[in-house]
Amino acid sequence: MFYLTLCLDYMKNYAKTRLTYRADFWIEVLSDLMYQAINLIFILIVFRQTPSLGGWSEAEVIFVYGFFMVPYGIFSAFFGVWNFSERYIVKGEMDRILTRPAYNLFQVLLENLDPPSLFGSAVGAVIMAISWAKLGLPFEALDALMLVIFIAGATLIYMGLYTALTAISFYSDAPTGILPLMYNLQNYGRYPVNIYNKTIRFLLTWLLPFAFVGVIPASYFLNRQEDHLQTLALLTPVVGIVVLSIGLAVWNHGVKRYRGAGS
Amino acid sequence: MASAYLDLIRIRFLMMLAYRVNYYSGIVIYAINIGAYYFLWQAIYGAQNQLGGFTLLQMTTYVAVSWMARAFYFNNLDREIAGEIRDGSVAVQFIRPYSYLLVKTMQGFGEGLFRLLLFMIPGLVIVCLLFPVRLPQDPAVWALYFVMLMLSFLINTQINILTGLFAFFVENNEGMLRMKRVLVDLFSGVVVPISFFPGWLAKAMEWLPFQAITYLPTSVFTGRTAGSAALQVLAVQIVWFALLLVPILLVWRQARFRLFVQGG
Repeated sequence: MFYLTLCLDYMKNYAKTRLTYRADFWIEVLSDLMYQAINLIFILIVFRQTPSLGGWSEAEVIFVYGFFMVPYGIFSAFFGVWNFSERYIVKGEMDRILTRPAYNLFQVLLENLDPPSLFGSAVGAVIMAISWAKLGLPFEALDALMLVIFIAGATLIYMGLYTALTAISFYSDAPTGILPLMYNLQNYGRYPVNIYNKTIRFLLTWLLPFAFVGVIPASYFLNRQEDHLQTLALLTPVVGIVVLSIGLAVWNHGVKRYRGAGS
Repeated sequence: MASAYLDLIRIRFLMMLAYRVNYYSGIVIYAINIGAYYFLWQAIYGAQNQLGGFTLLQMTTYVAVSWMARAFYFNNLDREIAGEIRDGSVAVQFIRPYSYLLVKTMQGFGEGLFRLLLFMIPGLVIVCLLFPVRLPQDPAVWALYFVMLMLSFLINTQINILTGLFAFFVENNEGMLRMKRVLVDLFSGVVVPISFFPGWLAKAMEWLPFQAITYLPTSVFTGRTAGSAALQVLAVQIVWFALLLVPILLVWRQARFRLFVQGG
């Protein structure tokens, strides 16, 4: 209950700051959508050259992309701490967080809410719906349920992975951090994983499970059997819970090591 | 005065050196990145020998070289400038006896130099061992490419400065910074070579500065563009460098009158 009121208060706060910079809100929504559009352009360019990518058609790859956008949008709305290391470690703001009663990660996330990202999720849902119809897939009640479960699982994977990666700042004091370098890797989880060699496929499936936020859960709906993708999809929520637990453990351990910047 | 600017390069280089551990892991991540692209392209090529004027071997080389070049010219000056505008510290920079924009460029160059020596070169060696990459034999091409790489850095920095300075006009340009990053990656040809773009888009690209950052120089380095055409690429880069100075100076002049410090 305490956390819920806290969340609402931060939301109100966010709305107030946002109303000060009204035009900027729309610029941000627009640029978020442009960002997604550019990734789509890449897919369209690729399919100008070839009818199929590792046995997947254009409509299927776009479906995967639509799915991928939904959890990604939710994740970006609630996890915008790209400059964690500069703001909280180097400038010592973590001290302020730690003197307060609410859970520290929760506070950090609330301070960096970014609701406009949810527009991306909406567009992703529309893209998915269109390709769903285009591919002539049946839609049953179970599909709706699975969709919710997979999206929740995928969001947890993002949260867990990036919590762990952000927590690296507690261990190594680099200002630029590893996050921008990692950022590109997540994109490869959107393409059919069977095109990669064993090492990269293993990496994307089990070490940094970005395949579980895009191509694997989407193959459940596409009925893709290769590499047992369809069965693997059922693991999405499990992987989500495991990854989030690891992420939180790394974070909590890191917070204990935090000593303050002394500035 | 010039030595002060050189010191800025040195200081930023040493600062990066203090945090070098990240870059060892960065090399691995870039290698994975290039690897993923390699397999993606392999799947796109399928049984075809040539696409968009590239053979698969040329494409692999292109991907490896363009990503490694990106490691050199990439910097966060846009974010730094926007941050300093937002927290008001840019006001202090105005009263100091140096050119703020030149200082930023020098800091970016110090960072780039660090990335060149500790990231790009070792990274390229590792990538060459892992994937079928063919580098040019002719030392003249190497020399020409290094000049072009410098210009890539300058043009990319100019674009970064322009986006950063926009913070004077919109108070929060986070979204714009993100969009710019992706636009530059796509239109400069890191993600897909320009020759793969649909005709009208490829034509439009010829009128934009982005392809001078990656696509044109990398085409020279991979041997697709040679002889006088290569020199033409150099000319295109120099023209863009000169042209981009104009909006930067205009915006900078405007910005001085627009500055209002938001708290802090």
